[in-house]
Amino acid sequence: MTRFPPPPDGTHPPLGFAGYRSTTLRAPSQPPVVLAHRLTEVTGPLLGADRVGPTDHDLTSQHAGEPIGQRIVVSGRVLDSDGRPVPDTLVEIWQANAAGRYAHARDNWPAPLDPNFTGGGRVMTDSSGTYSFTTIRPGAYPWDNHHNAWRPAHIHFSLFGTSFTQRLVTQMYFPDDPLFGQDPIFNSVPDAAARQRMVSRFDLAATRAEWALAFTWDIVLRGREQTPFEEPHDD
Amino acid sequence: MTDRLGLTPSQTVGPFLSLGLPWPDGADVVDDDTPDAIRIGGIVFDGAGEPVFDAVVETWQADPSGGFDHPDSPTGTTFRGFGRCPTDGDGHWEVRTLKPGPVDGQAPHVDVSVFARGLLDRVVTRIYFPDEADANAADPVLATVPAERRATLVAVDTGLGDLRFDIRLQGEGETVFFTV
Repeated sequence: MTRFPPPPDGTHPPLGFAGYRSTTLRAPSQPPVVLAHRLTEVTGPLLGADRVGPTDHDLTSQHAGEPIGQRIVVSGRVLDSDGRPVPDTLVEIWQANAAGRYAHARDNWPAPLDPNFTGGGRVMTDSSGTYSFTTIRPGAYPWDNHHNAWRPAHIHFSLFGTSFTQRLVTQMYFPDDPLFGQDPIFNSVPDAAARQRMVSRFDLAATRAEWALAFTWDIVLRGREQTPFEEPHDD
Repeated sequence: MTDRLGLTPSQTVGPFLSLGLPWPDGADVVDDDTPDAIRIGGIVFDGAGEPVFDAVVETWQADPSGGFDHPDSPTGTTFRGFGRCPTDGDGHWEVRTLKPGPVDGQAPHVDVSVFARGLLDRVVTRIYFPDEADANAADPVLATVPAERRATLVAVDTGLGDLRFDIRLQGEGETVFFTV
């Protein structure tokens, strides 16, 4: 059966991370049991385009007027770690508005809500694994994790891939954010190189003239173990 | 030889996942008029015994014949197999589904992911069924779980045909979580 090798150490955050206060009562205290992959784990929901509504790809078009803020295009490819594109897979996002406020009843930070921005989006990747959203650049916002704590601007991403083992929820950040250094969620990823893989890049080529700035971000899900059918003999 | 690409790390869903993740029919793995539909649900608790009101629980399972709607499944099906339910203000979640069949020599089970603020990665568990004592006793995954903790993975029959599966993230009675 197809197997998915474990992620390299340092790629994913530990569940218990002292700097992020909400982990204190929520991170399990017992070590996890290793579940060898069987059919339930190597399969997974293959959700279709019926999950995506007509304005879900464009978060600036979901209300009567345009939202306030810097219009941006966020796009990239969903790949597995062997470099294979993941076509026809659902990508879901949610984010704060340009002022750093979420359109959510429990977000009580006194930055303005935007009646023209909800902040939720969905798309399917195309046959080359490419996704694209139009949205506005989210703002940073304060939170009560520690004194003077601010989240770097980010967009939440949810991905399924093609198996239960590939399920991933993460956050996309923007390049050169001065708030990275003090953010425990960003820094919960142990490996510095892995941390940088959460940061999008400004992409001048993808920028739409007189319309929108563009940020490119590829997402890499776990790959399947390749069956060695031949020994390398490149002598 | 191709270099493997570095994986994208996991990050928490944060407190406002309900802006992006819920679907109107997320908790309905099957429609409410489906014969033999069952409800499985419970409360997500934190280490202080308080309900977790900002989590989302996702389920993935076979149909009653042990098939998945997936090309790697030897038995095909049109059964969606996937459920998604955010917890409410009382920490409660529930999906309407069908009892899965045995899969691959395993007892009937449902794979579960829990996402929440304070969870930097999902936690994964499994639901087993209380009317499958013999199959559970022979299940290769349950066999890897310390015997005194196996009960955390078996749903409780509430007597109304519904199954209760509470998820305790931490502390006394902590649910067994798996690395996948």
